[in-house]
Amino acid sequence: MIELTEVTKVYGEGRPDRVEAVRGVDLTIADRAVTVLEGPSGSGKTTLLTLIGCLARPTMGRIRLDGEIVSGLPEKFLTEVRRRTFGFVFQKFNLIRGMTALDNVMLPAFPLGVPHARLKAHARELLEHFGVGDRAGLGVENLSGGEAQRVAIARALINDPAVVIADEPTASLDGARVEQFLAMAADLKAQGKTVIITSHDPRITRASVVDARVAMADGRIVEATP
Amino acid sequence: MGARFERQRHLLDFAVASLARRPAKNLGLTLVYALVVFLLGSVMLFGSAIRREAGVMLADAPEIVAQSMVMGRHDLATGADLEALKGLRGIRRVEPRLWGYLWDSAGAANYTVMVPSPSDAAHALASGEAIVGEGVARARKLAVGKPFFLVSPAGKFLRTRIKAILPQASALVSSDLVLVAEADFRSFFAIPADRYTDFAIEVANPREVSTIAEKASVRLPTYRFVTRADMHRTLEALFSWREGLALALLAASLLAFVILAFDKASGLSAEERREIGILKAIGWETSDVIRMKLWEGTAISGTAFLAGLLAAWVHVFFFSAGLFEPVLKGWSTLWPRFPLSPEVDALEIATLALLTVVPYTAAVVVPIWKTAVTDPDAVMR
Amino acid sequence: MIFHPSILALLGSSWLATAVLLASAVFAMRLLASWDRASGSERQIRLERATILVSTAVGLVLALEAASLILFVFNADRMSALFVGAMCAVGTLNASVYGFATLYAKIAVFFASALWLVLDRVDGEGRDFPLIRLKYAALLAVAPIVALEAGLETAYFLDLKADTITSCCGKLFEDGPQSSGAGGELAALEPRPALWLLFGGAAVVVLGGLVAGRSRVFQIAQGVFGGAMFVVGLAAIVSVVSLYVYEQPHHHCPFCLLKREYDHFGFALYLPLFLGAAAALASGMLGVVPRRASLAVAQPAIAARLARLSALGFALFALACLWVIWRSNLLLFG
Repeated sequence: MIELTEVTKVYGEGRPDRVEAVRGVDLTIADRAVTVLEGPSGSGKTTLLTLIGCLARPTMGRIRLDGEIVSGLPEKFLTEVRRRTFGFVFQKFNLIRGMTALDNVMLPAFPLGVPHARLKAHARELLEHFGVGDRAGLGVENLSGGEAQRVAIARALINDPAVVIADEPTASLDGARVEQFLAMAADLKAQGKTVIITSHDPRITRASVVDARVAMADGRIVEATP
Repeated sequence: MGARFERQRHLLDFAVASLARRPAKNLGLTLVYALVVFLLGSVMLFGSAIRREAGVMLADAPEIVAQSMVMGRHDLATGADLEALKGLRGIRRVEPRLWGYLWDSAGAANYTVMVPSPSDAAHALASGEAIVGEGVARARKLAVGKPFFLVSPAGKFLRTRIKAILPQASALVSSDLVLVAEADFRSFFAIPADRYTDFAIEVANPREVSTIAEKASVRLPTYRFVTRADMHRTLEALFSWREGLALALLAASLLAFVILAFDKASGLSAEERREIGILKAIGWETSDVIRMKLWEGTAISGTAFLAGLLAAWVHVFFFSAGLFEPVLKGWSTLWPRFPLSPEVDALEIATLALLTVVPYTAAVVVPIWKTAVTDPDAVMR
Repeated sequence: MIFHPSILALLGSSWLATAVLLASAVFAMRLLASWDRASGSERQIRLERATILVSTAVGLVLALEAASLILFVFNADRMSALFVGAMCAVGTLNASVYGFATLYAKIAVFFASALWLVLDRVDGEGRDFPLIRLKYAALLAVAPIVALEAGLETAYFLDLKADTITSCCGKLFEDGPQSSGAGGELAALEPRPALWLLFGGAAVVVLGGLVAGRSRVFQIAQGVFGGAMFVVGLAAIVSVVSLYVYEQPHHHCPFCLLKREYDHFGFALYLPLFLGAAAALASGMLGVVPRRASLAVAQPAIAARLARLSALGFALFALACLWVIWRSNLLLFG
């Protein structure tokens, strides 16, 4: 369970370009469910996602992760929490060009000191699971959009996180791919993972797999269902 | 322990792969780095090789040399003083020596003309014979058995035949040497019978050298006594000073290199920035990124240092440091062309590393840190 | 001044270290003034990030200082050819009043930066920056030592002139009446009590290091005994161990040991001794530092590990001493 209490994030404090990207948000995200953050661009949903995912620290307020306060942790420990709890699928997938799909998947586990052979086997397994096992040795610049997304999801799962976070997952996908993504989200949920997605795409926000919707505007939550 | 090792291995793997993905940028830097190591390394290796050579040469030098002084100038020593020295306790042997310099306009060089020691049977000469150093033989295109002429400043003519040419091994001092018989020497330079250039003194107990030099200077107050240790110090100081000076001049190139390294390390391409952002976002900690970048630096330093050192070693010991020879060796045109004995010691390598690797590391550490603290949420914006 | 490559390298690294430490000290003052852990403000995040740079830089400086300590002694040995009467590093160090002062300052810098890095490492284990203020206050104390060392070293090398008449190690470390100063007193220590002190002391610190995990008192004791053992070890090297290395009953020099003639045997003595002493002092320091809740597990664990490391260092040192005594042709006791 993730609980946010009066969370605020300010960028550029003390400067003329000061922005309050998130203002006093209270939110609870349930485990083993699919939650969607929706809202127009600039509404603060991506910033909120970085705060939930421990990618950044809130300027004010509290974030609890399974009861533990994580909002005040130094970066080092925040990273530790992040890599054991969260897996990220970024909007532009953010794979590292010049490396193979397999290496990209292994990357998040490098600092953990997992034995190389075991890590490699696990990465292969994940690629197989998402149907891109035959692409393992290919440079990521040679993958199609759909394949790249599946490699990105495999990478998000390499450290076996409890929560998978996807930022605008369908922005660069066509119709058929959207269905595939929703199927993968259902698959993750079935595996017992918590899934958090930002999107303004109605094909996602109205999908049946979604359990909870949080609508944002101007840094605040305007509507939360259920 | 295992996990820690595995982690470093993965970071190193990534660092090397990351270098390989940007070959042009890193190769250029490595080459410049290697060049700097090469320049500094050549000066240092050459300097120490020549000091070692000087040490070898001094090993054969007399323990004490006694020179007669008149009005603070070097004068000829007399036979009477020779006897006076011989009576001194602690002195095993005193050998009078005859040697001098001669400007040879034909060879356009300065020779050291010398009478071989009577105890030196290998170089014993009869009147009309000469043994020359390798440099002289080269300048005058001499070979064994060929005639060799010398003209004194007074216009006197000495005609000899080459008996032998000194081998290159002992080269640093013997290169410009001309050995002739005593009778020839005296008549050529017009030196009377009981006059000598100086005395070489051998003492019974090497630990007493300075005491004996003191005692001898009491007995012969008009003489100057120079010990081998004094000469060693002078040479050591001279060559160290030159080496240091050459290095100081090269400091400019070091500085240029440091600026280049700093610039390369801070001027990351958009692609590299993006990569670091991704690594941070997917769970790499700041210290992981720093470590990975330091591995990159280590790989570059290691490659450049080894390559530069090897090149310097080849340059100094196989090409006799062609680039720096004139600066470091001195002024004579007759310096030997001999291969220096290829020896390198840990102190020199450590010094060279301190002079090159440390500035490089200092130049890149702040840019590396700046890169490593990239906001992990940068990729989301 | 003698213009010598190693001297240039040593001066360069000392001044670099000083620059790093002074910059860190300025940062330390800023940090002490405005640290607010609870805040998520950008200023606080910037401060936290800068601490990573300071830790990295000081870590590199420690490595540099350790290397430069070795190079300094090595170079002094090599330069002895330049001074009348010098036969090893002692002569070179004695050629200026700043020589030995520089050596002592370098040793002090080595220990100070090692202790600081341990503090830094322990602080990094706690989730709430438990030792941050102590750590940066300590950095303010380390910086002047490093600057002092650079100053002394500069004065020393500027003061050195070739042909200076100096005294060789025999003058300082001979046990005869001609010796002078502390070196002579150390050398005058009788071999038998010196050996008792050496091996008795080593036994205490090796055992102490192994049991120090049990309580803070033991860790503090290990720090105190380890520091004392460092002095005892040096005294034993001068008074008796050196005799066995040189196989001469009167040559006591602690520097000639490092020469090639003696297979650089000195390193086998000094490296473990310095390691053991640094680890013991660090363990003792962790015993003294107040324990915060967030370090309840990490601090005792690291202290115990350091104590075991110090036991290893001292054990290696004692073994090296034993080995050389066993190997030596010199017999001091019938």
